[in-house]
Amino acid sequence: MRDVAIVAAGQRQQAAFTDETEVQILLPIFEQVRNDTGLEQSDIGFTCSGSSDFLAGSAFSFVGTLEGVGAYPPICESHVEMDGAWALYEAWVKLQIGEIDTALVYSYGKSSPGSLRDVLSTQLDPYYLAPLWPDAFALGALQARMMLEQDIVSRDRLTEIAVRSRDHASSSPHAVRKGDATTDFVEASPVIADPLRADDCAAGADGGCVIILAAGDIAKNVCDRPAWIRGIEHRTDAHSLAGRDLLSAQSAALAANAAGVGDDKIDIAELHGPFTHQEHLLETALGITDETIVNPSGGALAGHTMMAAGLMRIAEAATRVSAGAGDRAVAHATSGPWLQQNLVCVMEGD
Amino acid sequence: MNEERLRADLVLEYPFTRTTGPVIGAFMTGLREGIIIGIRRADGTVVVPPLEYDPTSADPLTELVTVGQAGVVESWTWVDPPREQSPWQQPHGLALIHLDGADTPLLHGVLVNSADAMSTGMRVVAKFRAEREGHISDIEGFVPEESVQ
Amino acid sequence: MSEPSQVEIELPAEIRDVEPVQSIRTPIRMTYDYIPSSSAIASLNAYAEKRILGGVSPIDGAVFVPPRGVDPRHGVATTETVDLPDTGHIGSFCVTRLPIPGREDLEIPYVSAWIFLDGADVGFLGLVSGVDTSEVHIGMRVKALWKPDDELGRTAENIVSWIPSGEPSLPFEEAGVRGYRKRSGAKGSDPLA
Repeated sequence: MRDVAIVAAGQRQQAAFTDETEVQILLPIFEQVRNDTGLEQSDIGFTCSGSSDFLAGSAFSFVGTLEGVGAYPPICESHVEMDGAWALYEAWVKLQIGEIDTALVYSYGKSSPGSLRDVLSTQLDPYYLAPLWPDAFALGALQARMMLEQDIVSRDRLTEIAVRSRDHASSSPHAVRKGDATTDFVEASPVIADPLRADDCAAGADGGCVIILAAGDIAKNVCDRPAWIRGIEHRTDAHSLAGRDLLSAQSAALAANAAGVGDDKIDIAELHGPFTHQEHLLETALGITDETIVNPSGGALAGHTMMAAGLMRIAEAATRVSAGAGDRAVAHATSGPWLQQNLVCVMEGD
Repeated sequence: MNEERLRADLVLEYPFTRTTGPVIGAFMTGLREGIIIGIRRADGTVVVPPLEYDPTSADPLTELVTVGQAGVVESWTWVDPPREQSPWQQPHGLALIHLDGADTPLLHGVLVNSADAMSTGMRVVAKFRAEREGHISDIEGFVPEESVQ
Repeated sequence: MSEPSQVEIELPAEIRDVEPVQSIRTPIRMTYDYIPSSSAIASLNAYAEKRILGGVSPIDGAVFVPPRGVDPRHGVATTETVDLPDTGHIGSFCVTRLPIPGREDLEIPYVSAWIFLDGADVGFLGLVSGVDTSEVHIGMRVKALWKPDDELGRTAENIVSWIPSGEPSLPFEEAGVRGYRKRSGAKGSDPLA
């Protein structure tokens, strides 16, 4: 495997970026990662983004954001209608093939102008599910109740995860839900989709995330401590409910195994769990133990930018590895109902 | 920014019509005729609603069978307020329902007055609309079995 | 290559002799609260005063209209705006002979054109009227036809269409993006020029 590392990462996230277009959300982050590395767009071999125009209803916003990259003269570029973590995977594959030595990966989501609940309903099976308009909270609640009633997880454990998110998020500049990290506060959180309380569900946000990948010596030259990608895999569960076991995260476990998560001690894990019970499923699927700090950023619960929350997990983990807060980290990204698709990325510092 | 904020409604509409193919079409035909149809897998288990393929093995499935109209709630939540574009105008239960003769859950609404009337394990039965066209919402929802006996 | 095999579906007796359902209707409606960016608001406010704004590149002074707050060539924010005249030329155009749903007021055929304002480096879309479609050409000089003052709003719809100004046309090779490339090539800032 070719040595490929994350050499810069930046993000912006807040409850809503009402007055900024998607490109204006991203511009300062592009500037930051360029300053961090000294790399200009002309030094970048491949640019790949992840987003969905349905969030803000702005057609071709994914082309519009290329204006923030500076895509002239025309650049080598691609886009995935997925969380940016999958854009990072595409760029990583291109780096492994040896076609390129550097890549710029970004994703963004501006859900605040529309109804994310409606948008997410439309990604469901169009014959049997979408016409009933179940929203992501209701679907999450069906899974949470099964887990609670079949003793896969306890209510106390869900509370503990929500408190942990609030606690860790207190020191995160990008978190939108932080503080009040007490059991009493979380337990008083209103039920929004029985049995899920508001604090069991990720806090919605707008934002963007940008990462620069580089191979070999370039990575060493532009970054003091690159976060080397030692394993990255993604797997998916069935689309149909008939093919799903809602009591486990099978494809996450497969991806984690393929990425080598269990090969050595993990210092830091950044897991993309849109609900507390899903964070629990992910910890189980990835074999996370007490020696790992889980979601030091607060995780996706503390701020969930649709289409970027997964790439943000990779950015959070990589930033901590580069800062020396840990030697080996795992980041996870998910997409689809009930943790349908899962990507796992293992990073190490030198 | 000191400019006055402007805003405008932006409404996007997608008036989709989707072809069903023979398997999903048979399920929709069944609903119009007031029955619920599943499809049998190689191991004898029945997938409801039916798929053209086994979601585990990807083998083609061909043997459509009629299943029961009543079953057991495997999990549930409560939807209040109802979703604007859903078939329901009142708060309602939403449940994974294991129909008699089926081996996979069907997601649908449960028509009761409050979350207090919902429980895992409760038996429910399909309530069909009088006017049916071949659509998942031909079933108005499921109601507690004891309420119709 | 072998043909995919046709799968025979076995129907339950209850539906063997009835008309099969072959399609379902699944309409979707998405409602958004559209809030323009600060640069778009400035532009819309200017329209209400019959002014057209451009955004100025901090790199080489290139002017983009309408302003989007970014120089898309270099990926840098633009903060400076400039007032542009309501005169320019046609960079390219298209004659359409099919009606547009929602624009029943348009007479067929109509001309849509890429309008390059004097002083701007990119074009933007507008309708052309007041001229026979057969006479519309690249390089033709045009000016804005504004709505009456009492009908003006904060909208690009204030410009009803672009009409011939009667001035001599630009040579083909200086019209539209060709003109931009020629100018920027002289400044040496455009790698494609």
